[in-house]
Amino acid sequence: MNSYLIKGARILGGEPSDFLVRGGAIAMGETDANAEVIDATGLIALPGLVDLHTHLREPGREDAETVLTGTQAAAMGGFTAVHAMANTDPVADTAGVVEQVWRLGREGGYCDVYPVGAVTVRLAGQQLAELGAMADSAARVRVFSDDGHCVSDAVLMRRALEYVKAFDGVVAQHAQEPRLTEGAQMNEGELSGRLGLAGWPAVAEEAVIARDCLLAAHVGSRLHVCHVSTAGSVELIRQAKASGWNVTAEVTPHHLLLTDELAASYDPVFKVNPPLRTPADTEALRAGLADGTIDAVATDHAPHPFEDKDCEWAAAAFGMLGLETALSVVQQTMVDPGLLTWADVADRMSYAPARIGRVADHGRPLEDGAPANVVLYDPSVRRVVEAGESVSLSRNTPYAGMELPGRVVATFLHGRSTVLDGKLA
Amino acid sequence: MKKHLLSAADLTRDDAELVLRTAEELRSLADRPIKKLPALRGRTVVNLFFEDSTRTRISFEAAAKRLSADVINFSAKGSSLSKGESLKDTALTLEAMGCDAVVIRHGASGAPHRLANSGWVRASVVNAGDGTHEHPTQALLDSFTLYRHLGKSHLGPGNGGGLDGRRIAIVGDVLHSRVARSNALLLHTLGAEVTLVAPPTLFPVGVESWPVETSYDLDGVLPKADAVMMLRVQRERMNGGFFPTAREYSRRYGLDGRRMATLQDHTIVMHPGPMVRGMEITADVADSDRSVIVEQVTNGVAVRMAVLYLLLGGSEPFETPRPSAPQEPPAISSDAEGADA
Repeated sequence: MNSYLIKGARILGGEPSDFLVRGGAIAMGETDANAEVIDATGLIALPGLVDLHTHLREPGREDAETVLTGTQAAAMGGFTAVHAMANTDPVADTAGVVEQVWRLGREGGYCDVYPVGAVTVRLAGQQLAELGAMADSAARVRVFSDDGHCVSDAVLMRRALEYVKAFDGVVAQHAQEPRLTEGAQMNEGELSGRLGLAGWPAVAEEAVIARDCLLAAHVGSRLHVCHVSTAGSVELIRQAKASGWNVTAEVTPHHLLLTDELAASYDPVFKVNPPLRTPADTEALRAGLADGTIDAVATDHAPHPFEDKDCEWAAAAFGMLGLETALSVVQQTMVDPGLLTWADVADRMSYAPARIGRVADHGRPLEDGAPANVVLYDPSVRRVVEAGESVSLSRNTPYAGMELPGRVVATFLHGRSTVLDGKLA
Repeated sequence: MKKHLLSAADLTRDDAELVLRTAEELRSLADRPIKKLPALRGRTVVNLFFEDSTRTRISFEAAAKRLSADVINFSAKGSSLSKGESLKDTALTLEAMGCDAVVIRHGASGAPHRLANSGWVRASVVNAGDGTHEHPTQALLDSFTLYRHLGKSHLGPGNGGGLDGRRIAIVGDVLHSRVARSNALLLHTLGAEVTLVAPPTLFPVGVESWPVETSYDLDGVLPKADAVMMLRVQRERMNGGFFPTAREYSRRYGLDGRRMATLQDHTIVMHPGPMVRGMEITADVADSDRSVIVEQVTNGVAVRMAVLYLLLGGSEPFETPRPSAPQEPPAISSDAEGADA
């Protein structure tokens, strides 16, 4: 394995320093004559990013993404660990499927893949999947989610929350009251009324979050709220945390940056679930992420084949790419306006998600002896996003043509470079 | 005029009045011995209907044919939503065959917008109703009908303020109605005062930001209205829980003889069709002297002729309306060739 001498990198945005990446670990202040020298002058060094919410599509939709291409996109975005959502085909609701996804991640070698197990069999919301078997499998599942579907049945949700306590699991809820969102296409508001697109009201998210917080408190378990999208949700989670309840939450980059006005183009590249919300929601999400109410940024990277977006809005699939642009969006929305320091970014995009997902090797401070999961990031450049430049199999980035700050220069996974000079290594 | 007619919001007051003036000229064609103009000879208009709508389709078909356009009817029942050929592939097919205008009816809101802005076709796109979004030619024909009955002066170049201050009540399922959306926008543009009347469950969220008044009380609105436009209410909405029963809906929001008696003498009753008699409107009202429902259909052809004519290059003589110009616009004289304009 190569060694790398990183020179002049600003760890968490601090003073320039040198460190050695050797044998899968970080050696501070050491040198090695055989090491490849990387001039990191002006670059920020962050612990490898951890995504709690990634759709890798394999097995089942290898035309949209595979574990290999998805983890390559993750590496390009500075991630060293991703949680692969369970809504594959077949659904990741058995030990067999989660082990397959986990194994594919290891074979690819671009990112550690932590499969998320389905809460219910086939995501159908009827019967608990074998959560224990997935937890005990080689994939060591700790995060369970029916993402794409809400565990809307209150009893089932209660049981899931109770059951995962046995192996320190967490239920990651896609909070969407199904009856309030039948046929929903975009944020419910003045614009949905004007565009004639069925509305997805904020209350459909907030009602489920409120209920789940109360349930988690009642049974003394751990709840994680996926892709929080409304100001009201932020307030509910703030209250739950103030009450001392074990509730965590994530926000996506696109909900930090984009708003529902984009739907007026009827371009389905902006169709996502939960939908893009109002500028007031975006503001509240940024504030919530800044003050720690929202623990983590998670991409909800959702690749779709071209034809599933090259059509009328109602016929299009929900979801957008996010891995390769996440850090840039966080810089633009949080760091540049002074809401987060780079140390805070390390927390929201590495430490906290690793903690929530109970991932041991990731989300560790860049210090002597720590696993060498590192990203080097240049915050000084600006780039116009080109959909065609993505290494994902899909092209459904909502940022195409948009100028964003920053660029991932290098990513190291267990001491091996997965990205060097901004290209896949 | 813009290249496409996707939304009533695309029309400035000048644009809308140009369409209405042109329609007025074209309507008089119906009284001539030869009802056909060569204006769009050699041009191809495709009626692309992803939803059944016989009345709108034949209205557009008659309009195009009276302007001598070649008409292709493409009925793509079962849209891409039900796994048929996609909108894109249909559009590419039409483009390959060559067409100058696509009149599209589609169940998905925004489908005409996609067709016009995705680069799939070069033709002008006319929205003939998309999902629960808009139906701008319906609004134009409704305005045309209103002008004929309520306009303060005869339509013509330089006509000022035909509908200014007129009170129009639009009653019924506003939430799901593309007719209501387009009419609210266009009537506001034309200076009318619109009041939408519906039970609270059938108003869209955010309606308070529309340029209209709203009311839950039909009886309070009717005596002040100059025109009452009833919207179809599908009985299926009952299953969505929007109202308890069809009977209760009719009692509270249906237009019957008793309510009609509270209208002013000059007030007209409109309906975009198809009507559900006994639901939102009773037979005696629909068939009364106040009802202009059949005339709306006649006017629909004239208005759609005007829209096709203006979108397909016949607009030049109208682009700078001259108040002193003769009533008969020269471009519509029978030897005019739209293609040459």
